[in-house]
Amino acid sequence: MWDWMQWFTHMENSKVLALVLFFVLFCGILLYVYADRNRSKRLESYKYIPLQDDDDEKKTSAERKVK
Amino acid sequence: MAQLQSIAAPEQYNYDIVRKFTIMALFWGILGMSAGLYAALELAFPAFNLDIAQITFGRLRPVHTTLVIFGFGGCALFATSYYVVQRTCQARLWGSALANFTFWGWQAVLALGALSYMWGYSQGREYAEFPWPIDILIAVVWVAYLLIYVQTLRRRSQPHIYVANWFYLGFILATALLHIFNNLAVPVGMSSMASYSAFAGVQDAMTQWWYGHNAVGFFLTAAFLGMMYYFVPKQAGRPVYSYRLSIIHFWALVFLYMWAGAHHLHWTALPDWTSTLAATFSIMLLLPSWGGMINGIMTLSGAWEKLRTDPIMLFLITALSFYGMATFEGPLMSLKSVNALSHYTDWTIGHVHSGALGWVAMITFGSMYHLVPRLYDTKIHSIRLIYVHFWLASIGIVLYITSMWVAGIGQGLLLRGFDDYGNLAYSFIETVTFLHQPYVWRALGGAFFLSGVLVMAYNTWRTIANGKREAAEVEARLSAKLARAWYRRVTWSNQE
Repeated sequence: MWDWMQWFTHMENSKVLALVLFFVLFCGILLYVYADRNRSKRLESYKYIPLQDDDDEKKTSAERKVK
Repeated sequence: MAQLQSIAAPEQYNYDIVRKFTIMALFWGILGMSAGLYAALELAFPAFNLDIAQITFGRLRPVHTTLVIFGFGGCALFATSYYVVQRTCQARLWGSALANFTFWGWQAVLALGALSYMWGYSQGREYAEFPWPIDILIAVVWVAYLLIYVQTLRRRSQPHIYVANWFYLGFILATALLHIFNNLAVPVGMSSMASYSAFAGVQDAMTQWWYGHNAVGFFLTAAFLGMMYYFVPKQAGRPVYSYRLSIIHFWALVFLYMWAGAHHLHWTALPDWTSTLAATFSIMLLLPSWGGMINGIMTLSGAWEKLRTDPIMLFLITALSFYGMATFEGPLMSLKSVNALSHYTDWTIGHVHSGALGWVAMITFGSMYHLVPRLYDTKIHSIRLIYVHFWLASIGIVLYITSMWVAGIGQGLLLRGFDDYGNLAYSFIETVTFLHQPYVWRALGGAFFLSGVLVMAYNTWRTIANGKREAAEVEARLSAKLARAWYRRVTWSNQE
């Protein structure tokens, strides 16, 4: 019943299978990232995350006058 | 409100742990680079061995590599990852006590490791020389690190996990995997520091270089790319060039790196197909590496003038340029025909330092110059000293790399030289004599680089001192203001 599993134990099969799987997965990621225009826009919006907390760090405490 | 804003960041985030790791990164960096400089002098002038067993080249070399990779680089990664995960998730670091454990545990690993090598206890596995009890401590610290990181990500107020965190998390997971499998060993006894590897023969070599190359790939590349994806946009004041490219960069790098380690074992007992596979993946690695480099450099697109006015930007962009150079040289050296000349020569040492000094150290310096003033809520003490540091480091790297190219290529050609009858044209000692001069230049390059780090340490120390003084002044002014308000209220109520 499980004889077909033997196919995976042969390196000449499993290496090619792994290559195909990884290649297809990588192509899938490429398509996911670049294919849809709305998704692209959403992904690109994430690049502003590091800059979102900029305002409160432009001045040091000493420069912020304590009134 | 102004008062609230001024204390918001340090209150909201755990900066204490970041400060501790940042300072220790500099401490181990100076110690590790000094060990490296001394080891370089020993190679050029063997008299420097001084007949003291603890400081002979064989023992000092792992002290140097361990302290610069895991001491300087490791502490810088702990510091920046703890900072970046908090800032990009807008959440406080999870588990302050556990974070302190990672700090003290990591310092213990470094100190015990360096001492054990000097006293002759080593596993003999490159970049993993720690004897087995220290390996167990590393594993415990690393699991705590992973837990802190994942839990902090889980409590984020930002819905998306910023790409820098992907790189940091990839580095933490891969390093755990690499460390555990590479160090599978059977101790000789519970009271002995010695152990036998779980692997034998060529499989042992394969495991060692699967670890060794991926330590470069995930510890010294992916993690520092995490640093780059946060600090380059922050310092430039503009977002990364393409977020989608950073996603492809991450997945391509993670897919490809794990396969490349066997290129360290060309022309050995390793099966030929394995080293061909490794060389193929090494060539493919050029694409994500350069994609990432271009993504980082192009962040400055439209603001190139910052390179003239901002020395921190100079550090960051130069680091990316060296990343590009080192990731071109690496695939080139992984080709079997090139490797036949370059392997077992100083070209390899030059290549490693092109990445380690040019990429890893320069991106760390740039990030730390950005980080330290923010950690202490002040301005950097001296911009001019950052320029001094930059030029000392740059001159040092160029001297180092060029001397090692001369040494390595010359050495390779001498070792492969045949006369008309097929005999070796040069004796081994002739190659050693040839190496003396490049070794002297290499030591000089190292001295330049180390002196730059000393300048940085001084600048950092003065910045921290300024920050503490300013904080004390703010506190004093605040107390005076509160006292005046209290006095006014008391006198007012008395008049009523």
